[in-house]
Amino acid sequence: MATHAWMMPLMLSLKVAAWATIIATVTGVTAAWFLSRWRSALADMVDAVLTLPLVLPPTVIGYYLLVLLGRRGWLGEYLAAWGVELVFTWQGAVVAAAIVAFPLVLKGARAAFEEVDTHLEDAARLLGVSNWGVWCRVSLPLAARGILAGVLLAFARALGEFGATLMVAGSIPGRTQTLSIAIYEAVQQGEDATANFLVALASVTCIAALWGARWLSPRHIRMGRRQ
Amino acid sequence: MIALDCAHTFRAGGRAFTLDVHLRATRQRIALFGPSGAGKSLSAGVIAGLIRPREGRVAVGEALFLDTDANHCLAPQQRKIAYLAQDYALFPHLTIAQNIAFGLKRGCFNPARSTRLPDQAMHWVDTLGLVGVLHHYPGEISGGQRQRAALARALVIGPRMLVLDEPLAALDIPLRRQVREALGRLQEELDLPSVLITHDPQDVQILADEVFCMEDGRITHVCAPSELSDPLSA
Repeated sequence: MATHAWMMPLMLSLKVAAWATIIATVTGVTAAWFLSRWRSALADMVDAVLTLPLVLPPTVIGYYLLVLLGRRGWLGEYLAAWGVELVFTWQGAVVAAAIVAFPLVLKGARAAFEEVDTHLEDAARLLGVSNWGVWCRVSLPLAARGILAGVLLAFARALGEFGATLMVAGSIPGRTQTLSIAIYEAVQQGEDATANFLVALASVTCIAALWGARWLSPRHIRMGRRQ
Repeated sequence: MIALDCAHTFRAGGRAFTLDVHLRATRQRIALFGPSGAGKSLSAGVIAGLIRPREGRVAVGEALFLDTDANHCLAPQQRKIAYLAQDYALFPHLTIAQNIAFGLKRGCFNPARSTRLPDQAMHWVDTLGLVGVLHHYPGEISGGQRQRAALARALVIGPRMLVLDEPLAALDIPLRRQVREALGRLQEELDLPSVLITHDPQDVQILADEVFCMEDGRITHVCAPSELSDPLSA
């Protein structure tokens, strides 16, 4: 097999998963923070709605996205006027993967923020640090371990995304064919050697990503056990 | 001198608690004294600005912290209160030196682990005997050291008043008398308005000059520390 034939889906998968994880992390952490401080029964209802992508079949999410983002969809029409095309593009795959990965960040981050002792945040405010400073310097670092756990799961989920991605972005070799879709195509066409190789590649990538994340974590998270 | 008026009803889990406190201190060091659940800590929260009552007015000396009638409310950040919490509330992810430097640094980043404390902070580090533990984490030092670290952290910001929330409750009994006297000397040195929250008459004798006895969200009577009877025998 030529080098490019397997490099392409791998690089695309990593690119899509990385962007999806970034988007899911920013939105998930923000939503989790507000939900964790919102003392209302509504908070749990909103949480349930935001968690839907975790429980809905990916094809259902893909279908919703097609309806929403398609050229005649009510968001797609707007985007098309701005020259943004999401269906059958890698950016569309990013949207699909981000939505599927989002609840994993939300769940991990909300639980982590709820465990942060509000006395510590109060103490920080009394020391004269702005509310935004308190968030960056106390709430976020103390919740970091739980958030990171959620982000790791989100990345793994985004890397393995199949159903929603196939619906939205299709399977265009070299453009939207990610690793998991390439594996499916290889099996469908009876190319066992290619399938075997890609499966091994996917497994090694996931293990490497999980292992590598250890070294990305801030030092205090790794030493956290001492406290 | 401290003046506090506040009226607020707290609701949680179907229960309601009404805090209705009006006090005018005539001495610089006062105590809010009473059993747990009397509303002492809530009152301190109102003074500190952590709780904003529906109606209220808080003034400390010349400074007006809160006046709901005039729609005036200083954020906790602007009140400059040295608040010693019962559990000390040291930041577990920062060293003692970083904890002490916390209030000296603005912005979104914590002081570096290699941070050098300025002279006014080192004064408190020396006074409170914390030189040896500066590079330890709060989880690695004793309860007494944690309390002194929390005090140092609160004092380096140059506070204009002191709030001591059950300062001795978390300490071993043999240590209490020693710490009580040390806190008394510290109050003398600082010469700031101070509010002590306690249920222990012994604390009041050393750390306050005027006692506001609280029960069920209200002040029941005002007296001198020497007139205080043991609440357990009452």
